[in-house]
Amino acid sequence: MLDQVLDATIAVIIGVSSCLLYFWGTNLLLETLVRDKQTANGQIESRDELRHAIRPWLFVLPALSLLFTYLVYPVFETVWLSFHDFTGERWVGWSNYTWALANPEFLQSIGNNFLWLLVVPSLSVVFGLIVAVLADRVWWGTIAKSLIFMPMAISFVGASVIWKFVYDFRGPGSDQIGILNAIVVGLGGEPQAWITIPFWNNFFLMVILVWIQTGFAMVIFSAALRGVPKETLEAAQIDGASELKIFFLIMIPQIMSTIIVVWTTITIIVLKIFDIVLAMTNGQWETEVLANLMFDWMFRGGGDSGRGSTIAVFIMLAVIPIMAWNIRKFREEEQGR
Amino acid sequence: MSTSKRIRLTPGQLMVHLGLLLLVILWILPTVGLLVSSFRDKDQLAATGWWTALSTSVQNGQGRTGTSEQMVETGGKFVIAGNLLDDSKRTILTFNTNFRDLTAYKAGEVLTFKDQSQIRVEADGSYRWESEQPIEEKRGKRIFFVAESPPTFTLDNYVEVLTSEGIGQSFLNTFVVTIPATVIPITIAAFAAYAFAWMRFPGRQFLFVVVVGLLVVPLQMSLIPLLRMYNNIGALLDVSAKSYVGIWLAHTGFGLPLAIYLLRNYIRSLPRDIIESARMDGASHFQTFTRVVVPLSVPALASFTIFQFLWVWNDLLVALVFLGKGDDQIVLTSKMRELLGSRGDNWEILTSSAFISIIVPLVVFFALQRYFVRGLVAGSVKGG
Repeated sequence: MLDQVLDATIAVIIGVSSCLLYFWGTNLLLETLVRDKQTANGQIESRDELRHAIRPWLFVLPALSLLFTYLVYPVFETVWLSFHDFTGERWVGWSNYTWALANPEFLQSIGNNFLWLLVVPSLSVVFGLIVAVLADRVWWGTIAKSLIFMPMAISFVGASVIWKFVYDFRGPGSDQIGILNAIVVGLGGEPQAWITIPFWNNFFLMVILVWIQTGFAMVIFSAALRGVPKETLEAAQIDGASELKIFFLIMIPQIMSTIIVVWTTITIIVLKIFDIVLAMTNGQWETEVLANLMFDWMFRGGGDSGRGSTIAVFIMLAVIPIMAWNIRKFREEEQGR
Repeated sequence: MSTSKRIRLTPGQLMVHLGLLLLVILWILPTVGLLVSSFRDKDQLAATGWWTALSTSVQNGQGRTGTSEQMVETGGKFVIAGNLLDDSKRTILTFNTNFRDLTAYKAGEVLTFKDQSQIRVEADGSYRWESEQPIEEKRGKRIFFVAESPPTFTLDNYVEVLTSEGIGQSFLNTFVVTIPATVIPITIAAFAAYAFAWMRFPGRQFLFVVVVGLLVVPLQMSLIPLLRMYNNIGALLDVSAKSYVGIWLAHTGFGLPLAIYLLRNYIRSLPRDIIESARMDGASHFQTFTRVVVPLSVPALASFTIFQFLWVWNDLLVALVFLGKGDDQIVLTSKMRELLGSRGDNWEILTSSAFISIIVPLVVFFALQRYFVRGLVAGSVKGG
C-alpha cells in the first residue's frame, strides 16, 4: 500500500512539475536568447519589441496545441471517419448514415434522446425555480439549498447506484428493500422491476438526472432572482398583486435570459447522457441513447469507427445551433464593452 | 429573510415551509438510504429496508434440538442441551413446537411434552431438554420461535470493499488521475487566459471565438480519433496506449475551453490600472502575470479548480476510453460500474463502495461550495 501511495505521489509530482517547467523554462529561454544587445558603438539596442511579439505565443501555445489535438482536429476527423468503413480506411460515402437511419437501435436512441430532451431540462428548470423561490422565504433556506444542490457533487455512476437501490425489486411476498417498491406495496400495490418496464423505464432513468441538475438550476436562478429589483416587487405588492402573479408576471420575465441559459446548458448535458444509461441498463429494455450506442459501436466487434463516428456526428448536429447562439451572444457582449 | 422577524406563521408561510421541507426530504432520501445501508449488517441489509435499520426487527425462526446421540445422563436425569440460534445477535421472545401458535411459551418457560419430558428455552437460544427416561429422538425436535434482532451497525462492509474488492487501490488511482488533470489545465489555461486578456497578438479575437465555440463540442466527437491516435502512438513507441499521461492530457484538452473562457473573463475584468502600473514599473508580462494577476485571480482559479476536480473525479467516459481496466489503472467510477455488473445483488458492497467514491467530492463540495457556485454562475454556458 505504501508503495502504491509513493508511486502515485511521484506520478503526480512529475505530471504537475513538467507543466510548470515549460512556462518557467520558456520564459528563461526568451530572456536569455532575446537579450538587449550592446551595439559596436556602445549603445544598447532594446529588443523589447521582439520579446513582446514572441511572448504571447509562448503563453497560448500549449493551450492552442492541446485544443487543436483534442478538440478541433478530432471533430473533422470524426466527420471524415463517418464516411469510411469500420477500419477507417475505405471510403463508403453515405452508407453509414443510411445504415443509421434504418437501424432500429439508432431510431430508438433518437426517440429516447428526444424524450430526455423534453423531460429533463423542463423538470430541472421547474424544480430549480420552485426551490429557489421557496428557499428565499424561509430562514433555513441556505441549508435547504445546500442539500438539494448536493447531488451535483455526486458522479453519475454514484447516482446510478443510489437510485438503483431506490428501484430495487424483490418478488411479491418478500420484504422489499428498495424504498419505491416498499411504498408501492405499503399502499397495496404490486412490486415492479421498474427499470425493465419498456418506455416508462426511461423516465426512471431521467429522474436521476433531474435529481442532479435541479441543484444546478436552483443555484443559477437563486443568483438571478437576487438581481430582480426590490422596488419592482414592492410596487407589485402594494398594487395588491398575488404571490403567484408576482412570480409569473414579474420574476419569470425578469430572469428569462437566465432560464434560457440554464435550459441550454442542461440540454447539452442531456444530449451527451451516457453514464446513467450505461450503469443502469446499458441500453437494455429499450432505454438506448445516442451516446451509449456510440460508445457501444466504438468497441463492438473490435470497434467500428465508421458507425461510431456517424452517431457522434448526429450528437454534434444537435449541438451546433447552441454553439452558434453562444458565439453570437459572446460577440454581442464583447461589442457592448 | 424578513420573515424571521415575524413570530406568527400565516397559512401561506406554513405551506412554503412544508413544501420546501418535502422537496428537501425527497432529494436527500436516496442518499441517506445509501449511507445508512452501507453501515448495516449485510444479512439485515439484504432482508429488510434501510428505513427499519434503527428498529429492532422481529422475525420468526426455527431450529432443531439435538438427537439421542447428544443425550447425557446427569443426576439421574437424561438431558439434551444446546443452542437453537446460530448467531448471538438474536434473542428469542417466545417459542413452541407448534408453528401455528408461536407465542405459547415465553423464553425461560418450560414446555412439557406428552411423554412428560420437559424443555426450557432461554432468550439466548440455549435449551435444556430433560426427562426421567432416555429420550428417543432421531432427527432432533423442531422448535419454532419468535426472535428479535437488535439493529447492528458495522464497518465490515467498508473493510471488505477496501481490502478484497480493490476499492482502496482504485481510490488511489482516482487521485493519480485527478490531481494532475486538475492542476495542468488550470496552469495552461491561466497563461493563455492572461494572453487573451491583456497581450496583443495577431488572431487573438478569432482564436478566442474558437474557444467559445469549443465550449459545447461534445466529447463524443473526440473519442474515436483520439483512441486511434493513442493506439497508433502506442504501437509506434511500443508502449501501452492506456496511460496516466494519456488521460491527463485528454482531461486537460477537454477542460481547457471552459478554463480559458472563465479565467479570461475574470482576468479581463481586473482594473486596467493595476496591470498597466506593473508594466510601467518595468515588469515583463511573465512577472506581471505571476506576481500581480495570479494572486488577484484566486477566486476564479479556485472555482475552476473545484469544477475541474469534480468533473475529473466523477468522469466515467474518458476513463473508460483512455485507461486500462487492470487494478493499476482502474478508477472508482469504472470500478463501480464493474461492480454493478458483477456484484449487482450485493448491496453491502455496492453501497459502501459508492459511498467511498462520493465522499471526496462531497467534502470538497461542502467545504468550498461558495467558490463552486461562483464558478457555475460564471460558466453556465458550457454543458458539464
